[in-house]
Amino acid sequence: MAILAPTSLSKHPLSSSSTLSQLTTPTIFGSKLKLRETEQTRFSLSTSFKSNPGFRLMASKEPVGMTTKLGSDKIETEVGVENGCGLFDEMKHRFLSFKKQKFMENLEHYQNLSNGQAPKFMVIACADSRVCPSNILGFQPGEAFIVRNVANMVPPCESGPSETNAALEFAVNSLQVENILVIGHSRCGGIRALMSMEAEADSSFIQNWVVVGKNARLNTKSAAHNLSFEHQCRHCEKESVNCSLLNLLTYPWIEEKVKKGTLSLHGGYYDFIDCTLEKWTLDYERSNLKESDKFAVRNQSFWC
Amino acid sequence: MAKQYTEELISGLKKHLSDKEEQDDSCQKLPLELLGGEPNACYDPVESIKNGFIRFKTCKFDKYPEYFQELAKDQHPKFLVFACSDSRVSPSHVLDFQPGEAFMVRNIANLVPHFDQLRYSGVGATIEYAVSNLKVENILVIGHSRCGGIERLMSFPENGSAPYDFIDEWMKIALPAKLKVKAEHNCLSLEEQIPLCEREAVNLSLVNLLTYPYVQKAVANKTLALRGGYYDFVKGKFELWQLSPEVTPVIII
Repeated sequence: MAILAPTSLSKHPLSSSSTLSQLTTPTIFGSKLKLRETEQTRFSLSTSFKSNPGFRLMASKEPVGMTTKLGSDKIETEVGVENGCGLFDEMKHRFLSFKKQKFMENLEHYQNLSNGQAPKFMVIACADSRVCPSNILGFQPGEAFIVRNVANMVPPCESGPSETNAALEFAVNSLQVENILVIGHSRCGGIRALMSMEAEADSSFIQNWVVVGKNARLNTKSAAHNLSFEHQCRHCEKESVNCSLLNLLTYPWIEEKVKKGTLSLHGGYYDFIDCTLEKWTLDYERSNLKESDKFAVRNQSFWC
Repeated sequence: MAKQYTEELISGLKKHLSDKEEQDDSCQKLPLELLGGEPNACYDPVESIKNGFIRFKTCKFDKYPEYFQELAKDQHPKFLVFACSDSRVSPSHVLDFQPGEAFMVRNIANLVPHFDQLRYSGVGATIEYAVSNLKVENILVIGHSRCGGIERLMSFPENGSAPYDFIDEWMKIALPAKLKVKAEHNCLSLEEQIPLCEREAVNLSLVNLLTYPYVQKAVANKTLALRGGYYDFVKGKFELWQLSPEVTPVIII
């Protein structure tokens, strides 16, 4: 399927049909698909954005396009805008509340933050809507550099470039975080998919990704094969965190800092059924990782 | 039926959560610096996350058990959000997303690569799960000011620095956005081009979303909306827009 040429992004598709014919447009159901920007909303308490010449270019095309389009596609536009308006209002209300209650109340702090971030934590958490580290661990702006993916996985170094290790490189080498926390959680759909996999890799994205945790699945099948599937999944959720911690050490620049003591690796498990949190820290000195894939832990805690 | 009950419950209680939190002083947490303490003195990372968790448990979880019990059974987020990993831009703060509302991906420069099952399985897995399994109604890609990833993209390799193994490879996804900004605004300085690229990269990600068949299908069926956002934490502003593909009437030749 053809991808729209990047030059189409700022050209308003409604401005001229000749513009459209130059695009390589994907086709669905015999019709051509075109893009338009239906609405732009700016929630700001100042008007300084109008002085940005580049952005004004995008905005100025809006009213003309909307006016000409409304006549011929009234129903379609109404439906789109009606749903969009409610959502825009909601987003606007939330942002303005954040701005009033937090941003403006702590203006100096936010101004300092805007000049540079120096978080002490990098957190790798699941994309699950119930486990945002800003909510459950109370991280405030500036405190944690956060990566979220399916099943909070860290692929090993040899698997090649990915979004997770790009973030690791930035956090460890550029921001120089002092702690990495990998936090798993209960009822993880990604781990469930890993435990349910029939073949090594399948045609789905999810399975191509969660296969990163295959060692966790092997360890679980070996240690907990007599348990129910639900209990095995729970075991694997924690095992996967430990595998990710080991995968972190496959990056030489991470292992070096852990050895020096300037970087600590922590595992965590959030159970949102009972609202409990387990936390442990990888003890590099007491681990013998050359001989075994098990590592020692310290500062193991359980909060409930 | 269960889903509808959950939606009503969540809708009612999340408003209550947001309102209550404003009034409850004990649940507010100020940055350490504002409490009069030295930023780096006696910082215990474990104590920090322990306190954060206990605050969440006492101020939210224990106060609204029914809400969290329903949530524990299943999630029905209306949003899939792509945001940068930057510590300053968590959508849970900026847009007050409560538990259960947003399936959230965070990566460098909030990028969505085009469909590639081998190369970009991580992002693909989140999109597949959110759209096909969770059936989210909105995908929101939020860019932001002073994005380190975009700055890197715009200045490398012209700045002569050594390559980053993984960051530079990842940022190549946004190369079309860089080329577009450089071509259309070559008279502007790098500092002026970067914010344009931050927004252009969001648009590129929205277009890349359409290369995923299940996204394309849901958008065509009008069960999924694609929205772009930009959080400017320098000026304290937020911009929000929507990408609306349209199917024109068939022309029979």
